[in-house]
Amino acid sequence: MLLLECPCCGQRGEETEFHCGGEAHITREGPGADDAAFENYMFERVNPKGVHLERWRHVHGCGKWFHAARDSATLEVFGTYAAATHRPPEELLETIRAKRPGFKWRELA
Amino acid sequence: MSSRLAQGGRLIDRGAMREFTFNGKRLKGYEGDTLASALLANDQVMMGRSFKYHRPRGVVASGSEEPNALMGIGTGGRFEPNQRATMQELFDGLQAESQNHWPSLEFDVGAINAKMSRFFPAGFYYKTFLWPRSFWEKVYEPIVRQAAGLGKAPKDKDADSYEHLYAFADVLVVGGGVAGLTAALEAGRAGARVLLLEQTAHWGGRAPVDGGKIAGEEAETHVANLVAELEAMPNVTLRLRCMGAGVYDHGYVLGYERLTDHLSDKSGPRHRLWRIRASQIVVAGGAIERPLSFAGNDVPGVMLASAVRDYAVNYGVAPGDRVVVVTNNDDAYRTALAMKAEGLEVPVILDARAAGGGALAEQARAAGIRVEAGKAVAKVLGAKRVTGVEVCAQNGSGSTIETVACDVVAMSGGWSPIVHLWSHCGGKLIWDETHAMFRPDPDKAPTGADGKGFVLCAGSSNGALLLSEVIVDAGRAGLAAAEAAGFEAPVAQSWQVDEVSEIPLAAVWLMPAGASYDKRAKTWLDYQNDVKVSDIQLAAQEGYESVEHAKRYTTLGMATDQGKLSNINGLAILSASLGEAIPQVGTTTFRPPYTPVSMGALAGQGRGETFQPLRRTPIHDWHESHGVQWEPVGHWRRPFCFPKAGESTHDAVNREVLTVREKVGLLDASTLGKLIVKGPDAGKFLDLLYTNMMSNLKPGRCRYGLMCNENGFLIDDGVVARIDENTFLCHTTTGGADTIHAHMEEWLQTEWWDLQVHVANVTEQYGQIAVVGPMARQLLEVLGTPNISKEELPFMAWADRVVGGIPCRIYRISFSGELSYEISVPAGQARALWEALYEAGHGFGVAPYGTEALHILRAEKGFIMIGDETDGTVIPQDLNLDWAISKKKDDFIGKRGQQRQHLALNPDRWKLVGLEVADGAVLEDGAYILDAGDNDKGQRNMQGRITSTYYSPTLKKGIAMALLKGGLSRAGETVEVTRLGTTPVAAKVVEPVFYDKDGEKQNV
Repeated sequence: MLLLECPCCGQRGEETEFHCGGEAHITREGPGADDAAFENYMFERVNPKGVHLERWRHVHGCGKWFHAARDSATLEVFGTYAAATHRPPEELLETIRAKRPGFKWRELA
Repeated sequence: MSSRLAQGGRLIDRGAMREFTFNGKRLKGYEGDTLASALLANDQVMMGRSFKYHRPRGVVASGSEEPNALMGIGTGGRFEPNQRATMQELFDGLQAESQNHWPSLEFDVGAINAKMSRFFPAGFYYKTFLWPRSFWEKVYEPIVRQAAGLGKAPKDKDADSYEHLYAFADVLVVGGGVAGLTAALEAGRAGARVLLLEQTAHWGGRAPVDGGKIAGEEAETHVANLVAELEAMPNVTLRLRCMGAGVYDHGYVLGYERLTDHLSDKSGPRHRLWRIRASQIVVAGGAIERPLSFAGNDVPGVMLASAVRDYAVNYGVAPGDRVVVVTNNDDAYRTALAMKAEGLEVPVILDARAAGGGALAEQARAAGIRVEAGKAVAKVLGAKRVTGVEVCAQNGSGSTIETVACDVVAMSGGWSPIVHLWSHCGGKLIWDETHAMFRPDPDKAPTGADGKGFVLCAGSSNGALLLSEVIVDAGRAGLAAAEAAGFEAPVAQSWQVDEVSEIPLAAVWLMPAGASYDKRAKTWLDYQNDVKVSDIQLAAQEGYESVEHAKRYTTLGMATDQGKLSNINGLAILSASLGEAIPQVGTTTFRPPYTPVSMGALAGQGRGETFQPLRRTPIHDWHESHGVQWEPVGHWRRPFCFPKAGESTHDAVNREVLTVREKVGLLDASTLGKLIVKGPDAGKFLDLLYTNMMSNLKPGRCRYGLMCNENGFLIDDGVVARIDENTFLCHTTTGGADTIHAHMEEWLQTEWWDLQVHVANVTEQYGQIAVVGPMARQLLEVLGTPNISKEELPFMAWADRVVGGIPCRIYRISFSGELSYEISVPAGQARALWEALYEAGHGFGVAPYGTEALHILRAEKGFIMIGDETDGTVIPQDLNLDWAISKKKDDFIGKRGQQRQHLALNPDRWKLVGLEVADGAVLEDGAYILDAGDNDKGQRNMQGRITSTYYSPTLKKGIAMALLKGGLSRAGETVEVTRLGTTPVAAKVVEPVFYDKDGEKQNV
């Protein structure tokens, strides 16, 4: 059972307080998108062993969505950050680079 | 025979006699005995029958690793199967029965399986019962189930209570032997909050039995001193009878405390589940002795060498009179010396090592015991009890040199560190060639949220087998844990240890090394699942090279003991068969719990009424006192119907429907979801959420809306009311209240965070009562409700009014097709309003109605129900709801999804129709509509299915809604609809609106 810190209310809680919403930073494709782009938006997900960026919701707490950067293999949590952003804060990326030199996640590195 | 010794037994109180029964026989033991030691004291060596071959089995071990001595304990609501006799403490009135035998333990019919064992090799079930397929359910499975299985499942409801407890620790120490105590002491002295768990009833582990002196004291005295110091520390908590069951992510640990299993008085909770968060975990679980693999190593009387001396030293019990010791290491000599010290005979020690043993071997010789180096057991003699062993050379194929009479064989194949808790959460192992064991790889600990290791192993769990090594290692681990938890650690105390030195073991995985097939087919690895050396070899030969595959094929290690004794031995046989090194083959996965925990403990207090919360509407109690028949809807209870005295459910439902159609009915609609969407961008947001336009809805008006997911599939529907320029009230289905609220929050927070909108779920803040039927308006007027005429409050409008003195909001919306007022009031007023309506309605013949009448009323009108007409794969177009999908909007959730080829553009989709049967019969729920021909599996093709089907009391015939290929373009056709167990029935495709097609009745 993971321990996570909600960046909105600042509470640290157990996994059962939260709900994982899958991969982070997916760009929505709406009307006008071609089939390939729409398929990619709906169904294509990465499943990395190592650094992963995820969406979480503090469902039994403040109710807010947020992002978490963690290692899917070692369970290390590099940090959590607000939902309303298209990429992790640079400071957090620095932390991940320092701990996992050469990491790649989608187009982030 | 096995018997109680005249004296000794450090754990028993000979002054406190305890009576118990075994298979109905009354027996006596002492306070401090385990069930196993008390049975041995009564010469009951045979304690069960094996799983597959029903072979007689005796106790092998003295601790939680015991595979054979499984008992059913207790009776009735306190009966529990598969309890290990070695862990069950004796109490007055204990009732135990052995398992897996018929008609009796001594004479068992199933033992014929053993004679047939050549025909039951590994993978037998997979190979034999595959064909013919139809035989499985009716022939093979009942036979296999009758013959196999260990304990019987309890039949009565569990009479005990259980509880959960949350605990936090800087350093959690699992295991209360000298290693655990030493680690806890160092961590405690450093100031850490320490929790120390020990699964047995005693501190000290093996040290008091195995000997050695610490700081000049006997181990037992030293243990007492450590416990006394720990008990005096305010920052240390100690718990006996509490097992560390599992280690999970980020320092989460389950502890399993047995509170009353050892007592006659069963009052109070039976088990307590500790839910622990620990900064650091020290695993000091010790090590498990491995059996040796020789023919007949499962005959009752063959025991682990350490267990034999445990029974003598701890319980004053001699498992037999003549004990042959067979070993590949020095430690087992301690058993020979202990037996000799008790005055028992030790005819020979067979040491498989060609060069024999070290200092302990010298002591044995000095005590007059015959020691044979390079020798092995060729075969154990005896069936229900050991009568002797045939001795051979370890090298070679096992020709008998001599036969030695004995009634106990004490075997030792070396020790395996208990690495389970280390491994549960990802700790890795390394193979220690010198000691022939896997031990924790200190560089590959399970890691926590900070990326650093949070588990340390101490003592034997860490591969330190000598007492002196154990104590140094444990002190180091305790301090390191405290330091990692943020405490400044001083230097660990060093202790003077006096012990006998030991020389290394020799790995012996098969005895003798060149054992023939006949021997290997009688050499057991997994006692509980009856897996033999020959089975593992066959699996390897048949290509099961992965250890995980070989495990599943042979069932090695898959029983309730999870292979505590068998896994390493089986792995060694597998790797030898494959010609690979042991570490290359690797271990199977260690999964929690360490030993089985009760289901009751996991459930805790969450059972019966407290299993899950019950949601009650504000009118719940009124329903309860008016003969309601409940229907569970999510966590809610909703009235299904209100049968009158002597009225059947069916008659009650029909009466309720007709009351609504002819007079006036009351429905408690409080469970409907009510979400307030507010803000300058509320209209824009709802345009994105609903398929139709909401932003152009006028304040004071209502509109029915559909919600889809991004796939385009319909997920919810309901009426939206615009309260003012910036405020909407969205009604959702009962089940959708929470999920649609979450859906809105997700889109607002993660995609359209620029929109200025708030959402509040006020479902429970308001009660809602539907007043429905041609007399609804008259009823409200009796209560003095002003301005509710068709002109003042028209269909699909809402207004604030006072009903019977209670301020309300009235929505003119209808889910029945009748004149309908849905009245919303603050929850606290709902019951008063309901009662006022009920009283005032007497003259009109008012009646409350439930969900079944609601369903029939809506089906008569062809209104869809989310979850009946939809199943997560249905788009609005399938339900002829194209009119509710805006063509003007650029975007809404699901718009792009619906544009895919196989959805809106596909003419073959199953679409909504009505069905009627000529004689008015009711079609079966969930029935399929048949199509011509068969599919490639020889099954009849389908072209649709029934989604709703009812008897309509209004129309006095069956009506059904269905999804049919081609939909209403096929109106007038006759189709075939399946019926369970009989022939299909013909049904005519009609419009799905059966009643008041033009909607005149609701718009009055």
